[in-house]
Amino acid sequence: MKKVLALVLAVLMVVTVTVAFSSCNGDDNKLVMATNAAFPPYEYKEGDSFKGIDVEIAQAIADKLGMELEIEDVDFGAVLTGVEQGKYDMGMAGITVTPDRQQKMDFSDTYATGIQVIIVKDGSAITSLDDLFNFNDDGDPVSLKNPDIKIGVQENTTGDIYSSDAIAKWGFNDLKADGSIDVDRVSRYKTGAEAVAALKSDKVDCVIIDNEPAKSFVAANDGIHILEGDNEYAIEDYAICVTKGNTELLDKINQALAELKADGTIAAIISKYIPAN
Amino acid sequence: MAEWFAEFKADFVLNFIDEGRWRWIFQGLGNTLKITFFSLLIGLALGIVVAAVRSTYDKNHEAMAMHKGFGYYAFYVVNKICQLYLTIIRGTPMVVQLLIMYFIIFASSRNESMIATIAFGINSGAYVAEILRGGIMSIDNGQFEAGRSLGFNYIQTMIYIVIPQVFKSVLPTLCNEFIVLLKETSIAGYVGIMDLTKAGDLIRGRTFSAFMPLIAVALIYLIMVVVLTALVGVLERRLRKNER
Repeated sequence: MKKVLALVLAVLMVVTVTVAFSSCNGDDNKLVMATNAAFPPYEYKEGDSFKGIDVEIAQAIADKLGMELEIEDVDFGAVLTGVEQGKYDMGMAGITVTPDRQQKMDFSDTYATGIQVIIVKDGSAITSLDDLFNFNDDGDPVSLKNPDIKIGVQENTTGDIYSSDAIAKWGFNDLKADGSIDVDRVSRYKTGAEAVAALKSDKVDCVIIDNEPAKSFVAANDGIHILEGDNEYAIEDYAICVTKGNTELLDKINQALAELKADGTIAAIISKYIPAN
Repeated sequence: MAEWFAEFKADFVLNFIDEGRWRWIFQGLGNTLKITFFSLLIGLALGIVVAAVRSTYDKNHEAMAMHKGFGYYAFYVVNKICQLYLTIIRGTPMVVQLLIMYFIIFASSRNESMIATIAFGINSGAYVAEILRGGIMSIDNGQFEAGRSLGFNYIQTMIYIVIPQVFKSVLPTLCNEFIVLLKETSIAGYVGIMDLTKAGDLIRGRTFSAFMPLIAVALIYLIMVVVLTALVGVLERRLRKNER
């Protein structure tokens, strides 16, 4: 009896492991896209299904290529690392093209533009970028105006990288005027939504994030607003990233993107989620 | 081989030397140690109090029930509160507890490290309490009876006879709990704290290489646990001297 039980368990184990691994590897006709589904309107979850601009564009591309789209929802940092390692076929998560990232992975043509904006609570003392940073002659932020200000960001996004660089190289502590060590002025959260929750409960003074998700967050929460006027922090291009050297897939994606742009599909998807006003 | 080594070196430089990224690891390690140490103290203090209440109640409530005075009911309520604490803390995941502490209970505080320390301390306290209670209950009842018949009262019996034996027998499990606590602090990143794990994550998010930051972080945790285990090992051997 014991032997039979052991055999059954062993067989069960082998089967589970095989199933688990085979689903990782995937077959050639699957297009595995990694994303961080907490970034409305580009990607978010509604019930059990993924929604958003990136998701619909990815679906359109997969349809063009005759492939089946599979979406993996992971941390934003894991999207980048996973694509770099070849774990996922492509990453689509409102990913900004930066020189650093271009060294490690290949980017498609851009399909959308993002702007980093600042969300504050109503009645906040921060009313413009100038209240937040000191700028050098080139117009780059170099330090915080008020050392007590705390900034909330989603970790590893461009908002994080920019604000970390602005405060001190790599967000490491500056010495305060009285010689004591300043605590870290940037709080990095797993998702943008958590950064906004922290802003609402006064954990941070402002949140730096891409403008479209910012609009969704502001619409869903009372008592916070986006700084109006000429307070854009950085203007950047979103693109799809693929593993470095995977030119075959990259070419296919670029061609599909070009076709989708030409027939107006992309514009239609974007205007569906971002009504022009 | 030489090529592999050059690649390894380049990867190392990119992940730790460029832009002073090692400072993140350093800073994260400091936060991890700080949170672990203070939550360990909170956990020990809480655990001792709760274990004392629970084990004293378990050992004495039958005798006390014979003449139910105010003390009996007060003790009953305190014991129930301790049980509730244990149930809630051991029945919910640490991440959830941390987020509740951060966003709900200490909603107005900005001192993230302090919030995390308290959250981890309260969590650890529940486990320490049960470890200690298990230790106390495992001591043979004859030891209590012997103490009482020598003229010690309950508290004296505890301090001079039971606790020294308990300490020795729970030490390995207690050490295990501290190791778990040290590693559990890796979730502090959920509330924006830069601990060791988060430092690795941030480097990973900027250099897009998984190997170096993850292995480095893993090694540092491993070294800390090995050192902790070795220290407790020395303590255990010292305590066992009288057995030879």
